[in-house]
Amino acid sequence: MRISVKLFATLGRHVPGAGSGTPFETEVPDGATVADLVNQLKLPREEVKVTFVNGRTRPLDWLLHPEDEVGIFPPIGGG
Amino acid sequence: MWILRVNMNDRIYRLSEVPEAYKNLGGRGTTSTIVYDEVPPLCHPLGPNNKLVFAPGIVTGTAASTSARVSAGAKSWLTGGIKESNAGSSWASYLANMRIKALIVEGQPKEKGKYWMAHITWDDGAGKPKVSFLPADPYTGKDLYEVFPKVYEQFGARAAIAGCGVAGEYGYGNSGIAYNDLGKRPSRYSGRGGLGTVMASKGLKFIVLESKGAPGVAIANKEVFDRGAKKLTEALREHAITKPKGGLNTYGTAVLINIMNEAGGLPTRNFSSGRFEGAAKIAGEAIFEGVKNRLGKEVYNHACSPGCIIQCSNTWYKPDGTEHTSCVEYESDWALGANCGIDSLDDVAEMVRLCNAYGLDTIEAGTTLAVAMEAGVIPFGDGKKAIGLVQEMGKGTPLGRILGGGTEFTGRAFGVTRVPTVKRQSMPAYEPRAVKGIGITYATSTMGADHTAGYTIGPEILGVGGKVDPLSPEGKAALSRGFQATTAFIDSTGHCLFIAFAILDIPSGFEGMMEECNGVLGTNWASEDAAKIGGEILRKERAFNEAAGIGKAEDRVPEFMKFEPLPPHNQVYDVPDKVLDSVYGEL
Repeated sequence: MRISVKLFATLGRHVPGAGSGTPFETEVPDGATVADLVNQLKLPREEVKVTFVNGRTRPLDWLLHPEDEVGIFPPIGGG
Repeated sequence: MWILRVNMNDRIYRLSEVPEAYKNLGGRGTTSTIVYDEVPPLCHPLGPNNKLVFAPGIVTGTAASTSARVSAGAKSWLTGGIKESNAGSSWASYLANMRIKALIVEGQPKEKGKYWMAHITWDDGAGKPKVSFLPADPYTGKDLYEVFPKVYEQFGARAAIAGCGVAGEYGYGNSGIAYNDLGKRPSRYSGRGGLGTVMASKGLKFIVLESKGAPGVAIANKEVFDRGAKKLTEALREHAITKPKGGLNTYGTAVLINIMNEAGGLPTRNFSSGRFEGAAKIAGEAIFEGVKNRLGKEVYNHACSPGCIIQCSNTWYKPDGTEHTSCVEYESDWALGANCGIDSLDDVAEMVRLCNAYGLDTIEAGTTLAVAMEAGVIPFGDGKKAIGLVQEMGKGTPLGRILGGGTEFTGRAFGVTRVPTVKRQSMPAYEPRAVKGIGITYATSTMGADHTAGYTIGPEILGVGGKVDPLSPEGKAALSRGFQATTAFIDSTGHCLFIAFAILDIPSGFEGMMEECNGVLGTNWASEDAAKIGGEILRKERAFNEAAGIGKAEDRVPEFMKFEPLPPHNQVYDVPDKVLDSVYGEL
């Protein structure tokens, strides 16, 4: 299935051509979780802090569905 | 340690020993206690009976990392309640080095429109601080970027400056107190609550400090202090958010634009949506990349004040590579950007520069522009016209004076119902309908809507200090109460609140903060004492507000948030009133 992915802040560096926050489409197997996507993109697990699916914070074992929009953030803070 | 009273009736000063009851206070604990003890709650904020109090934190001026904060407190001109607004600047360290626990500005000159400067230096012979008063007439009515270099010329490059801009002179509800950053810019602010106007109402334009020869902060137990400072420094260096070249040092506070947008909680076009289609263009990442493109190299951020490890202050540059402004903070970027529908960093930077030049709080300025846009004064998204409105505020035109009155004042002037304020202070950059806990902090804080008062965004969005669902109200009253109490303590230590990112995740860092305080004061506080001490400060602030006529009926978010669903999650603010009342009811 195809899903849309955005990588933010430093995470964009790990995927060639993926600028920070620029959405790209990718194919994942049916039944894939957020963690499977993180592995497929070869993102270092320790740099993955907050994961969103369709604007909601979801855990790594969350099951993905076709056309889901995933946003992945490293540890960040501010205010 | 000294209590230094500066009386502006006739420009005299008096030094006294610190009373026993104030010995263990610092920062916000000091300012809120003195305001509670000495300011009549029903006094006019701009009258002779209000007092403006400055206090360095407990460890400010020591080798403790990231601790050069000063608290400014008074009865607020914006909210009518108690106010504490803290900032990072070398000014804070100088005050601490001269062993001034509190600087209390009292009284009011009879002559209107006459301004003075107080010059505070260390008198070596007498072994105490001394104050001289000089006329400030050449510096009034002017841009602070123009004036600061002249004040440095007059007092020397080693001075530190606090002062108000024209916003204070005009009497705006939106006016901050500006302090110098390490580059001598007028860019560090006690921004919130109209304290610049309280300062101006005293006929005081600048307070210039020079601490040459001063003894520095006395430390009761150096071994305990050093141990604590080491633990806290290690935590700051280790945590991914606060470490060198970490999130804050690389992207600045505006790194939050994208995550708040993703969470659907980035208030957009006057709090009518939680998503802004132009978010990526104004995000911290865009600032970093934009600066790289314009300068041809990567630039990491700098410290606002001495001894900071986090170093989160950015600088924005013009296309020709010259400096435009520093610093484009998340709050400013959001208020003047997304909340106005503006996606140009150059326009946002120009408005930040103008706010610094005039002495305006960027948050209140941006939320006011958005209410004016809602009223049809200018269209949403028109950056050039928005710059024009900020200039009106600087010129003091009739429209500028309405806008300078603040967000709620502007809403009343134009008959707008969607006005995002609590206790007359505008909401910062997190939507309560998409992040329920921060809404509880906005509603119940003694300060009016204020994210820093109890930053539940940590666990609700960032996964710091736990992880909870932002859309659920469940357990959020206790969460907000705990954050508000702990924050009141951190605001008293003199540390920047951003140390919380590290110490909430690394317990030894939290211990380190307590040990630093024990080392300076000779106390024996444990980690669990932080919230107790902070709770006592909150109780005083609350009591002041109640006596000033601000009770629990004002602990509410604006009505429109209760019936207007916010896209994209289409949530209303559904935290029941009794839950809001329990925050202080159960403190």
